[in-house]
Amino acid sequence: MYPKEMQKSIKKVEATREERLKKLPERMNEKERDEVLKKWHPDYKPEAKRKIKIGASKGSIVPHEVADLIEAYPLFEPDEIDLSQIDYDTDILIIGGGGAGTTAALFAYYSGIKPEDILIATKLRHGDANTMMAQGGIQAADKENDSPVIHYLDVIGGGHYANKPELVAQLVMNAPEIIKWHEELGVMYDKKEDGEMITIHGGGTSRKRMHSAKDYTGMEIMRVIRDEARNVGIKVLEFSPAIELIKDDEDKVAGAVLYNLETEQYYVVRAKTTILATGGFGRLHIQGFPTTNHYGATFDGAVIAYRAGAKLRDMDSVQYHPTGVAYPEQIVGLLVTEKVRGLGGQPVNADGEQFVHPLEPRDVEAASFIRECYGRNKGVVTPTGMRGVWLDSPLIEMIHGEGTIEKRLGAMFRMFKRFDIDMRYEPILVFPTLHYQNGGVEINENAQVLSKNGVIKGLFAAGEVEGGVHGKNRLMGNSLLDTQVFGKIAGINAGKYAKKAKKSKKLNLKHVESYINELEKAKIKEERKAPLLLPDYREKNVLSRAIDIL
Amino acid sequence: MARKDKKEEKLKMKMVRIYIMGKEYKVPEGLTIMKAMEYAGYRYIRGAGCRAGFCGACATVYRKEGEYKLNADLACQTTVEDGMYLVQLPFTPANKATYDVNKIKADDKTLVNFYPEIARCVSCNTCTKACPQELEVMDYIQSALRGDMKKTAELSFDCIQCGLCAMRCPAEIAHYHVAQLARRLYGKYLMPKAEHLEKRVNEIKRKRFDEEIGKMMKRNIEELRKMYNARDIEPEEEEEPKREGD
Repeated sequence: MYPKEMQKSIKKVEATREERLKKLPERMNEKERDEVLKKWHPDYKPEAKRKIKIGASKGSIVPHEVADLIEAYPLFEPDEIDLSQIDYDTDILIIGGGGAGTTAALFAYYSGIKPEDILIATKLRHGDANTMMAQGGIQAADKENDSPVIHYLDVIGGGHYANKPELVAQLVMNAPEIIKWHEELGVMYDKKEDGEMITIHGGGTSRKRMHSAKDYTGMEIMRVIRDEARNVGIKVLEFSPAIELIKDDEDKVAGAVLYNLETEQYYVVRAKTTILATGGFGRLHIQGFPTTNHYGATFDGAVIAYRAGAKLRDMDSVQYHPTGVAYPEQIVGLLVTEKVRGLGGQPVNADGEQFVHPLEPRDVEAASFIRECYGRNKGVVTPTGMRGVWLDSPLIEMIHGEGTIEKRLGAMFRMFKRFDIDMRYEPILVFPTLHYQNGGVEINENAQVLSKNGVIKGLFAAGEVEGGVHGKNRLMGNSLLDTQVFGKIAGINAGKYAKKAKKSKKLNLKHVESYINELEKAKIKEERKAPLLLPDYREKNVLSRAIDIL
Repeated sequence: MARKDKKEEKLKMKMVRIYIMGKEYKVPEGLTIMKAMEYAGYRYIRGAGCRAGFCGACATVYRKEGEYKLNADLACQTTVEDGMYLVQLPFTPANKATYDVNKIKADDKTLVNFYPEIARCVSCNTCTKACPQELEVMDYIQSALRGDMKKTAELSFDCIQCGLCAMRCPAEIAHYHVAQLARRLYGKYLMPKAEHLEKRVNEIKRKRFDEEIGKMMKRNIEELRKMYNARDIEPEEEEEPKREGD
């Protein structure tokens, strides 16, 4: 139920609905896009970022919240850890149990590694990841009027031409095969009666290539691949995040130190090869934004990889999803899938006017929403002072027929209904929310992690933790795809690598010691520690009286 | 953020009493159970996941003062109420059958063979009442028993596998595992295959796009920008499929 003030604005939205159904605003040209981005997108605020002082990407500009974790001390002193006692000895260690990690495990298995020689270590439960929450869909150029080449152009243009071409090529060329793999595993994609995939547009796509499983696409994929990993017998260690990588005498990555969140003990894992699949950084709340992300999205993997010499790239750009919930308060910041716009929902201001094409690339769309609320003062103000614009969802049923919202946007319908808002008849209020880490640890086309001096031996990365695939802006439906494609590539290549590699004889944490030296040399005070592992949302008055005695 | 402080001030005006595992805390009205527990001073390790109703990590049962009814819901999607006694159930012990999906059949006996306990269903509907997604859980167990894969898959599709159904079931069924198997069998064997997908995968295998992609990878930004800005965009409405190369 909307409060009275907001209902007045809804009347205006209703009054223009019929008219708006007939015509969409023009898409912006390049100049208009640049203008709105420069003036209104949060990425273009120089005061929100700074140069990194140390490490392989010293001098790169990143958000303060990221720099704070890069310029932070390890959670333990390297000499506190006894590396001579190995708790888990494995061929492949996969850090992260989301979409990328699980797919990597399966493809390592398909490539001949025994399930008992693969270990997934994950911070929360297996499957607790942003993958699970991805609603809208997954892109793949598998229709007659489409091709991987067209997909390539959409990706690289959407990414402002900053993407690594060889990574984009992998993404688009592997996409159809990934969907096929899913089909064979039994993922229930939305299909027509003859088996044709139902595909729609996403922001920035030039062909309708968004495949979905209602608005639970990520959940459906994650459930199925997790089920498969369980059938196959992949070992999973839950509530055990990696807090540091381990190297050997030849400077290869040789495993990780894990931390059991519940018993507070550490485990030493020796691995012939390690895959980083730890996801992104939404829970850092860059610039104070709410986030759509999972509880565990705290940038841990990138932090420990950076200490091991990995380069970061494209970390200056952050993806704000245009449509985070702005009302009701209980669910502020949660994702309203882009599919709502893909199916015909239009952004509309407080006066019921259109102000932007619904499917501009995400950064442009988000910047336009911010401009509407703060530049033109045409946003809707909620009782808690939050501003937002309407997303006119009732249009969806006018276009596609009654029942469409429940059928194709069941998760969204359910979420709002819990708070007495019926999106079939009432518009929903949205505002940009922190959604995705565009950049990350740099990889090559084999998913190997790169340092300043080339490949870091024994280390692969896949999914949101890596950077270069999406340039400065990821398109909808390419993140699920990224987890699957690069998870597959990492799994296959790690499998090949592990077959040839020998077990490391002597393990060390010298890279951590040198990193501490660098921190000290740069005169960075020991007030911050990383990785963060979990955000802390306890109330200030509790924290101010908390003492650590047990 | 000034806005946040103001918001908190406003929320602090009205407090409600909740009992976390029996212990009383006063929290602002309007918070979700999850945020209320954090407000009270809990920092989650278990019991929090996506925080958006998709992962099932925050299954919670509660009873309100003076009421007989035991409710089940998600902590991240439920607003606290005065006099709520609650406990989280962050884990459900339930055995999952293991199988090779390529070797089993989608026939009417498969589900009951892997999960014979579904035959113990007494149709009490407690599972349905416990489901935070408001799914027709008992109905899909009944369809599973009849071997109706399609119905089981469709009715269970929105399942977030929180385990509350299994915790409440007097017949000790692990509903969500049954449903997972049904959906995979339905998706794999009973839904029609996408022919265009198969075709495209074969084209890629035959390297149909390799040369063109190779060219794209070599293009400079100016060339790409020109191409990008000149893209033809598939119209929203359905139309005849275009010819290749469009």
